[in-house]
Amino acid sequence: MLSSQTANMAVVVDDLHKSFGPLEVLKGVSLEARQGDVVSMIGASGSGKSTFLRCINFLEMPTRGRIIVTGEEVALKPAKDGDLHPTDKRQLERVRTRLGMVFQSFNLWQHMTVLQNVMEAPVHVLKVPKAEARARAEALLQKVGLYEKRDQYPAFLSGGQQQRAAIARALAMEPKVMLFDEPPSALDPELVGEVLKVIRGLADEGRTMILVTHEMKFARDVSSHVIYLHKGVIEEEGPPKQVFGSPRSERCKQFVSGIH
Amino acid sequence: MDWSWLPKYLPMLLQGLSITIQILVISMVLGLTLAVPIGLVQVTGPKWLSRIAQAYCTVMRGTPLLIQLYLFYYGVGSILATFPELRQSIFWPILREGYFYAILAFALNEAGYAGEIMRGAFLSVPKGELEAARAFGMTPFQVLRRVWLPRALRNVLPTLGGETILTLKSTPLAALVTVVDLFGAADRVRQETYIIYPPLLLVMAIYMILTFIITRAFAVVEKQIPSRR
Repeated sequence: MLSSQTANMAVVVDDLHKSFGPLEVLKGVSLEARQGDVVSMIGASGSGKSTFLRCINFLEMPTRGRIIVTGEEVALKPAKDGDLHPTDKRQLERVRTRLGMVFQSFNLWQHMTVLQNVMEAPVHVLKVPKAEARARAEALLQKVGLYEKRDQYPAFLSGGQQQRAAIARALAMEPKVMLFDEPPSALDPELVGEVLKVIRGLADEGRTMILVTHEMKFARDVSSHVIYLHKGVIEEEGPPKQVFGSPRSERCKQFVSGIH
Repeated sequence: MDWSWLPKYLPMLLQGLSITIQILVISMVLGLTLAVPIGLVQVTGPKWLSRIAQAYCTVMRGTPLLIQLYLFYYGVGSILATFPELRQSIFWPILREGYFYAILAFALNEAGYAGEIMRGAFLSVPKGELEAARAFGMTPFQVLRRVWLPRALRNVLPTLGGETILTLKSTPLAALVTVVDLFGAADRVRQETYIIYPPLLLVMAIYMILTFIITRAFAVVEKQIPSRR
């Protein structure tokens, strides 16, 4: 049974472990995000933060742990590969529609225009009528500043534009939680600003977001909670003021004061 | 050069042309349809199915099409003929015809070649795009239908155009199992009039025109696909 407190959480991850073969990447990481929280995960590359994010929507299967999205715990059973796999495919698909993922490398569908990318999942997964999905998609593209590019194919857009299109695509599902995997790290420095501006706007709207990021200043500004991950364990966490201002862990202190 | 036979045999040649086109279109459609699962299971598994698909492609690509055609027509055909129920059934007029075995052989052969092509095509689609589809709650079938297959097909369209042309030029083999296709019609002219070269030159020209049309058709479709390459 879930406690009523857990049931009200947007995302609860409890004691998540993940191994790739003999390598344990996550060694018991937990997270709780209430509605409206912006949780940033920071840490060196290889700390496991991207893997953690990918476990939340089961793009990676956790080895151990529980994942509860908007009060619904995803039923898991051990599989032959040693990981836990969802028992109920329908439940997995349903839960995934509530999690809007924005990928580091955008992963826009190259054979569809920007507008088609944004309409695709609402129409085919949520079964939203086409006209309605189109209107909503156009409004979202307006919002991320890509309305003029709606009939272009992704290959013809800059990295920043593709990233914003990917954000619009995720928003179109009206997800309960947005998951950002290192949003601007694949972008040229001059394009980072336009993407962060869009994400900041979402934070200001009170959207629940979990983001993995290298942008320390950004994490400090937008987050309600920051998690510093080191070698698969939470080394430090708390409000940004604490994590960036007066971290207890020596390692975290070094990390946030570094060139990052 | 003696073209006096032409008026008399023109209807037969046109009929042959129609048969050639039918064999090509039906066997390509069937072959490509089969190639999709043959290519897919080699990428997704399960392993035992993948092995079967691999073995299938190896046999189809590793043996002469003519022998495959003979095996179907003489081998399978004669086995089927031993079932009296079949011989009396409404399917027999079809199962008796070389036309049926030609399509069967070409389709299964094409499935072997195109299966191998599709395997590569499925692999060529960036994993991230499939992940994105899954992350938005698509079922495995939706991922295939909406993203994986259309992306894969676009990647190999030029190759499939080439395959179609090669298959077109294999279709004259059908004449060896009694089908009067375009080449079969030219051959009939030779048998009945002893005029050899003019009919052959004429059907060569027609094959070239068909090839040209196929090339253009694929070029038109390819143009629809945006690319920055």
